[in-house]
Amino acid sequence: MDVILVQILNGLDKGAAYALIALGLTLIFGTLGVVNFAHGALFMIGAFCAVTMQRFLNLSQTVIDETQTDFLGNPLKVEVPYVQSWFGEAAGAAIQDWSVPLSILLVIPVMLFVGWAMERGLIKHFYKRPHADQILVTFGLAIVIGEIIKAFYGANPIQTPMPSAFIGTIDLGTWLGMDPGAVAYPMWRMVYFFFAAAVIAAVFAFLQFTTFGMVVRAGMADRETVGMLGIDIDKRFTLMFGLAACVAGLAGMMYAPILSPHYNIGMDFLVLSFVVVVVGGMGSLPGAVLAGFVLGILQSFASMNEVKAILPGIDQIIIYLVAIIILLTRPRGLMGRKGVMEE
Amino acid sequence: MSKSNFSRRGVLKTGAIAGAGLALPTYLRADGHSGFTNAPQGDTVKIGFNVPQTGPYAEEGLDELRAQELAVEHLNGMGDGGMLNTFSEKNLDGTGILGKKVEFVTGDTQTKSDVARASAQSMIQKDGCIMINGGSSSGVAVAVQGLCQEAGVIFMAGLTHSNDTTGKDRKANGFRHFFNGYMSGAALGPVLENEYGNERRAYHLTADYNWGWTQQESIQAATEAIGWQTAETVLTPVGAGDFSSYIAPVLNSGADTLILNHYGGDMVNSLTQAVQFGLRDKQVNGKDFTIIVPLYSELMAAGAGSNIQGVFGSMNWNWQLQDEGTKAFVKSFGEKYGFPPSNAAHTCYVQTLLYADAVTRAGTFNPCGVVEALEDFDFDGMGNGPTTYRGADHQCFKDVLVMKGKENPTNQYDTLEIVEVTPRAQVEYAADHPMFGGAEASLGDCNPGA
Repeated sequence: MDVILVQILNGLDKGAAYALIALGLTLIFGTLGVVNFAHGALFMIGAFCAVTMQRFLNLSQTVIDETQTDFLGNPLKVEVPYVQSWFGEAAGAAIQDWSVPLSILLVIPVMLFVGWAMERGLIKHFYKRPHADQILVTFGLAIVIGEIIKAFYGANPIQTPMPSAFIGTIDLGTWLGMDPGAVAYPMWRMVYFFFAAAVIAAVFAFLQFTTFGMVVRAGMADRETVGMLGIDIDKRFTLMFGLAACVAGLAGMMYAPILSPHYNIGMDFLVLSFVVVVVGGMGSLPGAVLAGFVLGILQSFASMNEVKAILPGIDQIIIYLVAIIILLTRPRGLMGRKGVMEE
Repeated sequence: MSKSNFSRRGVLKTGAIAGAGLALPTYLRADGHSGFTNAPQGDTVKIGFNVPQTGPYAEEGLDELRAQELAVEHLNGMGDGGMLNTFSEKNLDGTGILGKKVEFVTGDTQTKSDVARASAQSMIQKDGCIMINGGSSSGVAVAVQGLCQEAGVIFMAGLTHSNDTTGKDRKANGFRHFFNGYMSGAALGPVLENEYGNERRAYHLTADYNWGWTQQESIQAATEAIGWQTAETVLTPVGAGDFSSYIAPVLNSGADTLILNHYGGDMVNSLTQAVQFGLRDKQVNGKDFTIIVPLYSELMAAGAGSNIQGVFGSMNWNWQLQDEGTKAFVKSFGEKYGFPPSNAAHTCYVQTLLYADAVTRAGTFNPCGVVEALEDFDFDGMGNGPTTYRGADHQCFKDVLVMKGKENPTNQYDTLEIVEVTPRAQVEYAADHPMFGGAEASLGDCNPGA
């Protein structure tokens, strides 16, 4: 029972990341009709915003310590962070400790800009081109972005620690009347799950309860009619691209302490997230979220030794197996609109 | 009836011209008149550095490249000479190899076997390289070693830790300076017994490919030999990223030790996530839960940050060793690049010098002469103490380091500490050991190519 609970939590946590990326993907497909293979790169940029913030807060001045030596036997150069010089040692250290949550200040403007630049500079030229062209150009863009990140940050994963207040586990077992320690789950993963839920809720609320969102939804349903009403739907869709980029960036930023960012991290998530979108239904926002969590949980269970003992290698193929079954039996996906991908 | 115009003199003349014409292209080819592939012409000799410059092990590959460039400088008489000053053999005098200036070309393996083979092939066929050095990954090493054997050039493997490289996949034209999974197990076993006793239950998470399998086999054998039980062995996909679903079952498995047979980014992620799941804070069977990473590298240690503190592992070499050879190399490398070299860099640097020395001792670039010079070659002054390249399998035997993540690092390079320098005798094994292909494993014949 305790193992099953932990695997459900793992699935929810993993599914939260899939859902956030898939939400952005399907938002772009639903509004602009673009299959964006560079969406994983946006997740990566978000993660590297956290790395950048960490490095920024660790910018230091060098002080020579004559009492110690470096690896060559020269006097040791000690790095004293500027934030500690400015705000005092304790306050400066606390600011550095919270670098990942603080990087939200960087992620939002950076991702809005990147989303806008990507849409205006490249993707808008491919609206009327076949999906294959869109996939090729966005995939190429993802590779270019990855190489740029590698040139600046190197190829190795970069450790990006969570705030020390969130290091450790929550003993969920005692809350559920089980033995202490039976279901211990990392605190930051719980934070990630609730953060993802909050972002998903905020996106839905924005689309559901604001005039802007109402227009976007109307545009998704019938773009031409909305345009004929004198509404500049293209402009709003461009903003939606920025919003989708922001969601992916936030997902990457908060995931940085779980998976050390590296230049290829986006690709790892991209393919799975596309499967999530297909399973959920192309263009369906609730479908993307539902499929994200369902596939996350299925993947976690498939990784259990007991399951793998019966079906070796199932952990590697479960998501694709589900996608095949869905495409064969319900091509429009779990919550896709009737007619989409059913022709 | 037709009349023949052939005369004896005419036939001889025509035959001589035709023969010379046919022989000329062969003569002009380097390997034609020397009896081996890519015999150096003129006053230069070219060697190829085939390392990952992109992909997951790019940082290690680039460090290997730095060290190899430094070795070429030293061979050509530039810089301070590095380990040439401490090497027990004194054949290399800074005038290149056999009086020929050393040049090099580089290739990018991308840590992919097919790409690495293509890159090595290009260096041999297009650039005329006579030796291929470096790399990171056992899969790549085995693939390139096979190619070099077929092409008739020497291959000096870089960072490859699988038993198979000099085990069942050993080749006459290939040599390995790096240690292997068996040696890691042999070195770690007694240290783990001293530290944690002999009543532990170990849970293995293993990268699902050649290196992971052989390392798990070696470490499992070593820990079971000291009385530990193996609770479970689980294969994990390479590049899984999120290992949470593999780590969660460890929590309630009854195991009190997690052994991570992972390398590179996978190791950084699995170790970090294991720590996040609170494994190191747990008590199981009345003992503190512990994590072991059998194969360490400085770059991985830097990537894992504070999670590595107190975690045991092993290394081929480390810049903190205090022998004269290590000090000379660290000084050379540190002054040129501003940071200490990794053990992958050390391996590739040493191999370049050893190849040059073997050519000099053999008096020829012919790979079969080089193989003969390297087989059962004993030397010292290259770090790790007295060292031998065993003739039976072309594996290097020397002291092995048991390392531990530093508890209180003082700077960014101070991530690991040397716990023990395990003497070479403790990590030696028979060339026909079952983990190394048994009696059936064979080097085959040296191939000079041509």
